[in-house]
Amino acid sequence: MTSQVTGRIPAVLHEDLDSGTSVASARQGSGNTVRRVGQVIRWLLMIGFSLLFLYPFAWLLAASLKPRGDVFDNRLIPRTWRFDNYVEVWHQLPLLAWVGNSLLIAVLAATLVTLSSALVAFGFAYFRFPGRKLLFGLVLASMMLPGAVTLIPNYLIWKTTGWLGTNVPLWGANLFGSAFYIFLMRQFYLSLPRDLFEAARVDGCSLFGLFTRIAFPLAIPSSIIVWIFEFQASWSNFIGPLIYLNLGSPKQFTVPLGINYAMTMYSPTAGGHGDYQYVMVASLVVTLPMMIIFAIGQRYFIEGAATIGIRG
Amino acid sequence: MTAASVGLRNTRSKEHYNRREVLAGYLFISPWIVGFVIFTVISMTWSLGLSFTHYDLASNTATAAGIDNYKLIFGDPKVLTSLVNTFVYTIMAVPLELAFAMVLALLLNGMARGTGIFRTIFYLPKMTPHVATASVFLLLLNGNVGAVNQFLGLFGINGPQWLTDPHWVKPSIVMMTLWGAAGSMVILLAGLQNVPRELYEAAQVDGASRWQQFWRLTLPMISPTVFFLVIVNTIAALQVFDQAYLLFYRDANESAPDAALFFGVYLFQQAFQQFNFGLAAAMAWLLFVIILIITLIQIKIGNRLVFYGGGGND
Repeated sequence: MTSQVTGRIPAVLHEDLDSGTSVASARQGSGNTVRRVGQVIRWLLMIGFSLLFLYPFAWLLAASLKPRGDVFDNRLIPRTWRFDNYVEVWHQLPLLAWVGNSLLIAVLAATLVTLSSALVAFGFAYFRFPGRKLLFGLVLASMMLPGAVTLIPNYLIWKTTGWLGTNVPLWGANLFGSAFYIFLMRQFYLSLPRDLFEAARVDGCSLFGLFTRIAFPLAIPSSIIVWIFEFQASWSNFIGPLIYLNLGSPKQFTVPLGINYAMTMYSPTAGGHGDYQYVMVASLVVTLPMMIIFAIGQRYFIEGAATIGIRG
Repeated sequence: MTAASVGLRNTRSKEHYNRREVLAGYLFISPWIVGFVIFTVISMTWSLGLSFTHYDLASNTATAAGIDNYKLIFGDPKVLTSLVNTFVYTIMAVPLELAFAMVLALLLNGMARGTGIFRTIFYLPKMTPHVATASVFLLLLNGNVGAVNQFLGLFGINGPQWLTDPHWVKPSIVMMTLWGAAGSMVILLAGLQNVPRELYEAAQVDGASRWQQFWRLTLPMISPTVFFLVIVNTIAALQVFDQAYLLFYRDANESAPDAALFFGVYLFQQAFQQFNFGLAAAMAWLLFVIILIITLIQIKIGNRLVFYGGGGND
């Protein structure tokens, strides 16, 4: 695993492999037709899979626009349009508070983990100190530690701090960096030419300045990757809020926990009236920001994933 | 690779350390050290100690229990049920997700145009929080009025009761997992794009069919990536919680089928609903040991099968 930085984007690198068939088709006369049929089948399959992946979204969108009784009718075009749901949901559920809580937690979690991981990553990448190899080995090993194992003791640690029922446990640990992100950012810092830093030292730059003035600004793409990854993880996190916030008042919930709460509240077995259309609106509300972030930062997601793959 | 060779690593000499640099290095990594000590070292030690006690959450006291908790978990039929459920789910989900992700990645990799849009569409489910996915799938999979069975009905198939029939509970969670297969897909795609194109040209000159190219060339070349995904996805599958909890345990008033009781769910119930922290800690350690053993076995087998000569992985 000698590291290499993936400062490149697969989509850009990507060239059609099929153009390689030119060698073969020169030998076999029918190569071109075969290729064209192959491409048609490929497109049909792609469109088929796309429909499969998109159908639940279409279903969700349609269901969010239906009146109470029609939510389950599986029609992609509602019989009766209820745009009102999108207004009413804010009165029916404390959705605004949930979105606010989720945003606050996700932004805090993502920003803190990005800064702390960057700091640690630079420490491992640039400085020479005894035990560096061993400590970095521990970073790698701790990536493999299953989260379920530390769930209970971490809960007890937060209990002793008296912060149960607040959102601190949902971002507090991010102050200390996260193994996977440290690994990922270290790769970026390792690719920066060392001469750059030596020159800055000669010019009187402090050791901390090497990080804040040179390394961090130059490795902004890696910070964006980490920020987006953690924002998504935090925004979607379900078990965390379930453990740390569930016993408090619903106003303190995050959107995922709130949806879970609403789903139970509306369930007829719990005495609800089956107003699932509001759950559907809330589900769209929780999904939409992720879609937007993905649309904007798609290349960072793919690049981050590529880095994971290279690691294999 | 050129990036690394001119990078920090190679210009580094092995002489004695510079005192200021050593100090700065430790300062830079100190956040991680503090976090590691609290949330890994103390945490793991605490949970191991806890597993030998009866812990009372209200009074915050623990009384020694010897190996009682371990006796309890090995005597509890529900622990066995949940373990078997978890293994069955893992054995179904990991290969299926990998195969599906591979098909998608191969299709995408061979596209002349439109890669971007399809990749985006395939990836959208991965961006959807589990809660939203679950609230949709709960209704899509409904045995009586769900869209899935309605669709099967078009072909005259009488769809099963996905959410209540014990035989179909795991396949329905697997379906939710498959919907998010694009996470593995983009990693495989990155691996595929690292395979040097000359190799395919050479294979074609030698008259290798598409099928042969995949098995003899593509698969060996990306085997490190596949291996990595098998390990990571297995660890994730053994801890499955969100999907199972959201589909079957969100409503405390309804009884869930035993077939949906996964180890992660049972651990959660013991810890945060029954407040048997000692017992739950013992379960967590059991899970840790199981995951460790399975991962080590996979690495042992993997090292024999994986081809590390490929490009991009050095």
